[in-house]
Amino acid sequence: MAGQVQALRRRIRTVKSTKKIAKAQELVATSRIAKAQERVNASRPYSVAITKVLAALASNASVDNPLLVARERVQRAGVLLITSDRGLAGAYNANAIRAAEQLIAQLRSDGKEVALYVVGRKGTGYYRFRGRTVDASWTGFSERPSFADAKKIGDGLIEAFSAGSVTEGTFGPEGIAGVDELHIVSTEFKSLMTQSANAKPLAPVQIEETVDEQPESGPRAAYEFEPDADELLDALLPKYLNTRIYAALLDSAASESASRRRAMKSASDNADDLLKRYTREMNSARQAAITQEISEIVGGANALAAAGSDV
Amino acid sequence: MANQLHVEVVAVEQKIWAGEAEMLVARTTEGEIGVLPGHSPLLGLLKEPSQVRVKLAGGEQLTYDVAGGFLSIDANGVTVLAESATPATPEQH
Repeated sequence: MAGQVQALRRRIRTVKSTKKIAKAQELVATSRIAKAQERVNASRPYSVAITKVLAALASNASVDNPLLVARERVQRAGVLLITSDRGLAGAYNANAIRAAEQLIAQLRSDGKEVALYVVGRKGTGYYRFRGRTVDASWTGFSERPSFADAKKIGDGLIEAFSAGSVTEGTFGPEGIAGVDELHIVSTEFKSLMTQSANAKPLAPVQIEETVDEQPESGPRAAYEFEPDADELLDALLPKYLNTRIYAALLDSAASESASRRRAMKSASDNADDLLKRYTREMNSARQAAITQEISEIVGGANALAAAGSDV
Repeated sequence: MANQLHVEVVAVEQKIWAGEAEMLVARTTEGEIGVLPGHSPLLGLLKEPSQVRVKLAGGEQLTYDVAGGFLSIDANGVTVLAESATPATPEQH
């Protein structure tokens, strides 16, 4: 009996310290969400402006830029998967990986070879454990991505895409083989409660209006170009792609924190429940031990008394 | 239109500066360009690396070191977009 009480007391101590960790993680994640959202908002003016500029440019330039045209035969497709560096984020990584797996299966059934690029330690770990090849990976910035990180990823991918699978050899510092298509799998931050992992095509580029298009007053401005439109497009499209990757990284970072906050909140709530249950169990075990001791003493005394009266 | 030029300097990670100015001077791949209010719409790629100077109404001047930048002029004003833009020290030019 006393042993049971001691075991329960030990368990309560364990749950208490686990709860402290979960609670701290929850608070940290909460403040990170706010920061990540701030960064998403701070990056919006640029992406809005570059989208507007590209839309104006695309209507003026000839559209034979290799980044814009879909290849006739797609032999190899690249998939960029964004995961987190740390765990304890609920189903965040599992969902992202599942979305990527679905896309990969889809691409394979279309008869395309798939090259996989992974951001984040969790994703790389997943594929390494399963012995599957990851063509390139980047880690160490999933919670605080900077534009330099996005550029590092983007430049290699763009080079590989521009070369295409027909070109032999590898490109960029990561040694990526040429691809004919690029997709990105990231987690979209919808609200604190909802984040959804989904796949989007990255290249060939479809210029995406990120703002609700307002009916423009008057005709669209007739721009002059310096240098000419085609050259400008060549210079701007890679920047646009990098911006897209950066936006996806930021969105995923916000989702990661939101996901972690939720996981840690339910962990600390669960720890509360456990604490309550164990405390009750411990109290009743202690009470039972006391009751038993009393009845043993009473029983013993009675036995002694009975024995004495017999003499 | 107004004789003030609306200028926005936007880097990828954040908006650097926005406000009214007298004139903006930048260097594109083709050459130096000065933008006054009412300039016709233009898209230009900035020279790498380059500086963008914003002349304010009071005679004050803001200078930014810009990397990977381009500029877009439309009816609403000038937008300088850059991968990174940092304020330059005033005596550098």
